[in-house]
Amino acid sequence: MKRLLKGGRVVDPANRIDGVRDVLIDGDRIARVGADLPADGATVIEIPGGLVVCPGFIDMHVHLREPGQEHKETVATGTAAAVAGGFTAVACMPNTTPVNDDANVTTYILDKAREANLARVYPIGAVSRGSQGELLADIGDLRKAGCVAITDDGHPTKTAMLLRRALEYAGMFGMPVIEHCEDPSLKGDAVAHEGYYAASLGLRGMPGAAEALGVERGILLSELTGSAFHVAHMSARASLRALRKGKDAGVRVTCEVAPHHFTLTDEALAIPVPYDTNTKMNPPLREAADRDALLDGIADGSVDAIATDHAPHHYDEKQVEYDRAPFGIVGLETAVPLSLDRLVHAGRIRLSRLVELLSVNPARILNVAGGTLSEGAPADITILAPDLQVRIDARRLRSRSKNTPFDGWELRGGVAATFVGGRPLFVNAEAVLAMTADVAGAL
Amino acid sequence: MSATVHDVDRQTAITSLRSKDLLGISDLIPEEITLVLDTADAMKEIASRPIKKVPALRGKTVVNLFFEPSTRTRTSFEIAEKRLSADTLNIAIATSSVVKGETLADTALNLEAMRPDMIVLRHSSSGACHLLSRICRSAIINAGDGMHEHPTQALLDAYTIRERKQRLRGLKVAIVGDLLHSRVLRSNILLLTKMGADVWVCGPPTLMPADIRRFGVTATSSVDAAVKDADVIMLLRIQLERMEGAFFPSLREYFNVFGMTEARLTLARPDVMIMHPGPMNRGVEIASEVADGPYSVILDQVANGVAVRMAVLYLLAGGAEHEEAA
Amino acid sequence: MPDSKSAVVMDADRIARTLTRIAHEIVERNKGVEHVALVGIRTRGVYIARRLARTLKQITGDEVPTGALDITLYRDDLMRNPVGPQPVIRRTEIPFSIDNKTILLVDDVLYTGRTTRAALDALIDFGRPKGIQLIVLVDRGHRELPIKADYVGKNLPTNPEESVQVRLQETDGNDEVVLQQEATV
Repeated sequence: MKRLLKGGRVVDPANRIDGVRDVLIDGDRIARVGADLPADGATVIEIPGGLVVCPGFIDMHVHLREPGQEHKETVATGTAAAVAGGFTAVACMPNTTPVNDDANVTTYILDKAREANLARVYPIGAVSRGSQGELLADIGDLRKAGCVAITDDGHPTKTAMLLRRALEYAGMFGMPVIEHCEDPSLKGDAVAHEGYYAASLGLRGMPGAAEALGVERGILLSELTGSAFHVAHMSARASLRALRKGKDAGVRVTCEVAPHHFTLTDEALAIPVPYDTNTKMNPPLREAADRDALLDGIADGSVDAIATDHAPHHYDEKQVEYDRAPFGIVGLETAVPLSLDRLVHAGRIRLSRLVELLSVNPARILNVAGGTLSEGAPADITILAPDLQVRIDARRLRSRSKNTPFDGWELRGGVAATFVGGRPLFVNAEAVLAMTADVAGAL
Repeated sequence: MSATVHDVDRQTAITSLRSKDLLGISDLIPEEITLVLDTADAMKEIASRPIKKVPALRGKTVVNLFFEPSTRTRTSFEIAEKRLSADTLNIAIATSSVVKGETLADTALNLEAMRPDMIVLRHSSSGACHLLSRICRSAIINAGDGMHEHPTQALLDAYTIRERKQRLRGLKVAIVGDLLHSRVLRSNILLLTKMGADVWVCGPPTLMPADIRRFGVTATSSVDAAVKDADVIMLLRIQLERMEGAFFPSLREYFNVFGMTEARLTLARPDVMIMHPGPMNRGVEIASEVADGPYSVILDQVANGVAVRMAVLYLLAGGAEHEEAA
Repeated sequence: MPDSKSAVVMDADRIARTLTRIAHEIVERNKGVEHVALVGIRTRGVYIARRLARTLKQITGDEVPTGALDITLYRDDLMRNPVGPQPVIRRTEIPFSIDNKTILLVDDVLYTGRTTRAALDALIDFGRPKGIQLIVLVDRGHRELPIKADYVGKNLPTNPEESVQVRLQETDGNDEVVLQQEATV
């Protein structure tokens, strides 16, 4: 089946394209991108004015919770949330029950993904068996079964020695090691960022230094082994400082930042709702200086990717005292509006840079197809509606869980449509109609 | 000399508290604090009557929901509630039932069915009262939540100081102890700074909360500097667990550096008041001679505590009178 | 804008003579002041009570014990939100035993009778008096409870829309009783 996406603004930084182009899709591949392409038997889809056609977004840090925690999310509901959020692919974390340290679990996840047939799923395997930090998991097996990277996410790799071995071993397969950077002794049993708000609210705090220590450890070991090291959910300015130094020295280190870390600060723990457990995540919301440093890093290229760390939790689990609540918030369906509103419309970055952060770089770091609209590339396409007025409504999220601090937020920018392998899996009727009305009004 | 009766028909700026709950000193404005203290004045007199009871809260149900054991605070609230003729219900939740899986939210919803008018909550998690307040329609009084606040304790400490010193504004108050973990000190710092006292906090850096200066106090690790010319010294008990957490090396060391000794006391004003909510660790935060000396006043804490809690219960139960003819 | 007309129904002179007259009535009715004590209600009742005590001393040579009673906590209408500015509850000071005494309750205005009811409840908690008599400066009618004053300064028939303001030197700077007409309450 052929489809021709006609007349949209195409932003494809990998191919240095930012302008009005037509995109011809043949089956599940991109056939051609160019100006004024002939229809040639293809179904023509007029792209309304104002919408932007990009290579499909890839969220490289998502917790799909299956197997074992299906009350929070499943592969089916998670991938549905993904396409609604504009993501054509997600990389899912191994801290399921059982942990994805074994090819059988990997295969199970991929079978579920195939069944759901929505966003692509790239499983990330565990570094160690059970993520206990003692013995390495069967990384080769995990690779063969389909894992694209390894991590013991949820906590840091237990020892420097184990992290070194993991880097060396995974490097053999060209797989990056993704690390939740943290010094456990400094973190202790903290539940918030160590600062004025934790002190006011009587909550135990962890300093940014706890994360930075983990980053520095990883950079040194990456240098030692020559393998790729990726910092998950970076949140502290001290971490960014270490990262820049590492990059300047030529170390193969990359990082991702989650939208809540470049939008919110620890003030959210007190205002508007004190002790709102939807402000509890690890790493925690930090002070303004950290958020501002991350925004600078996003703009100047130090930050490689935006990844949501989508962490669904059931309502009952979060409706408890702050200390007892699990860490994490959902993010798949809020990432694009937050990024468009707070990064692009705020004038910090251009759309092409956003595409790098959400598509080009994640594909490159994970070594998966995507990130471009080149001929022959998979027809994974995200169509943005940058001027759409979006109101986040927790109840209407497609994720099984609704734990978001952004409920009620009014943002400018949303998703118009998501194509995976040439199939339109999500279409936001409102966006399309709104844009059409605009265009009609202008004529 | 105790406060004199005010004969003038004082019309204050406010006559009721703005919120339905008392979750912390952080939510109160100075006028509200004054209202509580003045109301406590009137309540204190009830204890000296032959019948120590007034019908103000007759027919109201107050639940004392204590997740942490506490005899003193709970008893104080219970006496206060009964003196106002309220019906009281004491629920002490043993830790085991929490482990069994019943959450605070579950307990709260079960309670709601009884339609209590007020719930007095003590819990080991900071913010537990805020959670309860979102779930229950009842008025919530915080009797201590984790490391966050213990507002009625701060109010009764302020009442005691005001009774003796006739004011709070401009007094130099030195607070020595574990500031990081203590909810009593947090509430006291908030209250005293709101009321214009000059608050100095002293302790090892390991036991200081981050950004302590943002609380409007002078922070120091020199006890001499803190205690110099102080009108009031508040000491807090040092818990043994803190030593195990590597917050400081030993109790002996703590006493040498931070303990209140007679020598240190001479730096304070001659009429200095020493407050210690007890129980005291002699030889740790306070020298025995000081504990038994003339400055350390055996304060009328129990009576003041009951009076202050009666004031809080009355004000939150909506006891303010409305314009009505005689 | 309320259209209020006011009229002075008792001036300072009249108030003074009225209180003197009441003092004499007290002595006559109780055959002296031997087991008598005065308890003033609210603020203004307290000042009136003190003035009566002074006059009684002049007449009889005896000190009459005088106390102050705050009845806020005994009101039958304790409600959540006050309407308009209200006085803060103040201490009750009755520094003598009321057992076996004749208590003279003193208030400025008697209206519905509810304040008196509250005062009676409060007094009973303090002990067991031999008897209680009620003294008011102004009785404006419209009782809602079966309460009667034993000594009345002035009977003043009123409408519910009107308000009676008693002003005293000690609290307001001058002595007078004013009847105020309010178009809107």
